[in-house]
Amino acid sequence: MKSVVFIEKNPVSNQLRNVSLELTHKAYTLSNPLGGEVLGIFTGDLLPENSDELFQFGMSRLLYYTDERLAHLHSIAYKHILEAMIRSEAPDIVLFGATHTGRDIAPLIASSLKTGLTADCTQLYIDEYKDKGKILYQMRPAFGGNILATIITPDHRPMMASVREGVMLLPEERLNFPVKTEAFPIDFDELWIKSEFLGIVPKVKKVDFNSANIIVSGGAGVGSEENFRLIRELARALGGEVGASRAAVDFGFVEKDHQVGQTGSVVRPKLYIACGISGQIQHRAGMEESQRIIAINKDPEAPIFGIAHMGIVGDLNEIIPVMLRYLKEEG
Amino acid sequence: MKKIVVLAKQVPDTANVTGDAMKEDGTVNRAALPAIFNPEDLNALEMALTIKDKIAGEVIVISMGPPKAVEILKHSLYMGADRVMLITDRKFAAADTLATSYVLAETVKKIGNVDLVLAGRQAIDGDTAQVGPQVADKIGFNQVTYVSNLKEFTDEYLIVERDGEVQTEVIKTAYPVLLTVTAEANTPRYPNCRKMLHYFRADLKDNFRKDELSVAEENDWIIPTCTMDDLGLEEDRCGLKGSPTKVHKIKSIMLKGGDLKMYGTEATDIKQLVRDIMKDYVEVN
Ligand SMILES: Cc1cc2nc3c(=O)[nH]c(=O)nc-3n(C[C@H](O)[C@H](O)[C@H](O)COP(=O)(O)OP(=O)(O)OC[C@H]3O[C@@H](n4cnc5c(N)ncnc54)[C@H](O)[C@@H]3O)c2cc1C
Ligand SMILES: Nc1ncnc2c1ncn2[C@@H]1O[C@H](COP(=O)(O)O)[C@@H](O)[C@H]1O
Repeated sequence: MKSVVFIEKNPVSNQLRNVSLELTHKAYTLSNPLGGEVLGIFTGDLLPENSDELFQFGMSRLLYYTDERLAHLHSIAYKHILEAMIRSEAPDIVLFGATHTGRDIAPLIASSLKTGLTADCTQLYIDEYKDKGKILYQMRPAFGGNILATIITPDHRPMMASVREGVMLLPEERLNFPVKTEAFPIDFDELWIKSEFLGIVPKVKKVDFNSANIIVSGGAGVGSEENFRLIRELARALGGEVGASRAAVDFGFVEKDHQVGQTGSVVRPKLYIACGISGQIQHRAGMEESQRIIAINKDPEAPIFGIAHMGIVGDLNEIIPVMLRYLKEEG
Repeated sequence: MKKIVVLAKQVPDTANVTGDAMKEDGTVNRAALPAIFNPEDLNALEMALTIKDKIAGEVIVISMGPPKAVEILKHSLYMGADRVMLITDRKFAAADTLATSYVLAETVKKIGNVDLVLAGRQAIDGDTAQVGPQVADKIGFNQVTYVSNLKEFTDEYLIVERDGEVQTEVIKTAYPVLLTVTAEANTPRYPNCRKMLHYFRADLKDNFRKDELSVAEENDWIIPTCTMDDLGLEEDRCGLKGSPTKVHKIKSIMLKGGDLKMYGTEATDIKQLVRDIMKDYVEVN
């Protein structure tokens, strides 16, 4: 079971995107027990600065084609190059990060290879299927997150899937595979460049969920932008980050960057405090893997209590100020 | 004069899933869900109309789906589309993105001389965001996905902003091109009252009585359909047969229900909660 992982970097920092490491490790756990190797494929202007790290997570080889004309996402060029790499290796599995780059190119490649691509998988595993031998089982939420579907691609190769950043976990221990990068020969065709990049405006990232141990999130129940101050204060007092439900974002209590859930960020902090959030499926999709969940909600029937570990039924506008007071006393 | 095709899908309103939307066996009861115009396809249509309003063009909305999808095509006419087409055939059922994009791409080729294809970024039933790019691949167009703003356009080129996640990219592209459009790009217009009155009776040919047909034809009320044979498609590439991915199993999502420790709302209870949080999660220097 040979796997290929699309390797992507953050174009602003020139560092690997976390999802590339996460998928390398995932591919290793799928392929290694069956004696298969994991290859990375990369194209762009320059290799990511820290690409060596991939080899600590189970990668055997990294194929790359770099060219200064590829500094930006030229979909058609990227497709031709990555497709050539995939064809030359004939893997069983190809994994892409479900980033805005991965979701741009992966469907082009699947279309060209006439194979299946399952978007936004949350679980991947290998098992027997009828007389087909071992295949990849791809689980993903569908219907706005109301159902969990298991998708298979029994008759086509490669079996392709995309996974969002933060969904697969990185292991504690590191492997020590030798670093092996190989330049891949390509006859670059100028006609593959079809778009002109007139400007790049980096987005100012105000929210950092990745390094936060604690996230305090507010929902519609917070009631107003003014009340949302309580959420920020609690987050600050605990040294955590501020999260939000989509309802809180839609009401304008807080900026969209803070949204957690199916159409926001997937987070997995040690502690997630959900204040005035009912816990609809689309919100849970982004936070239910948190190690511990505290729910503060005035409705004892709110679905959030179904996944919470600790809870208080009551008005957050009364509870949080008391929490803040005790935090000051204890801290 | 630009020929613009908009890809639009009718989807179950997954935002309003109620109790009876799930069947006993954990599968989706589509009948219990209201069907709506896929939200971001409205943004794609709005963009098409904006371009048409300024540089002249023809806007053609196509949808692959069951006869009921005629509802969104009527809505497209109310908004100002020039032509609509329903691509419908039992043989298209259970198509994944590869099979869907094959049918849509062949339709675009059949329409011919298309300059611009606009799709929604993603459909809310599957959230795959794959059909747009896969159509682009099959018709050999350049593509720009996640278009969050149409900045400038002329007969020769388009300048758009793409949401590149960590950065916003300003991209200039010539025609022909396929764009996938996000909700941020614009606000879809309301249906036009005059057009609504006119197309209110628009429907599939089969739904008119024989004696109504000539009036329907005169008034442009007949919504054209296209089947697999009309398009000359290969059956092996359509519907379930043409879909490499198969749904192996479906289950509705249940709450896990863990060990839930409840705290009261008295000051002492809250103090205990704070202590428990501090003990486990806050590093005290
Ligand atoms: C395609 C799609 C994608 C989506 N993506 C996301 C996503 O990424 N993230 C997301 O969050 N949602 C998403 N949603 C929306 C989601 O379905 C819910 O609408 C949303 O999560 C609800 O937010 P909420 O819990 O804050 O609001 P509500 O459901 O309105 O809940 C508010 C809660 O606050 C409680 N409350 C009210 N007042 C108080 C008070 N004073 N003190 C304490 N509690 C109080 C209420 O009891 C209630 O439980 C998506 C929906 C769709 C269709
Ligand atoms: N059956 C269909 N008919 C017309 N357009 C479609 C269809 N399915 C998908 N699309 C288009 O492709 C986009 C992405 O769909 P999806 O890949 O399903 O998320 C949608 O927003 C539509 O513009």
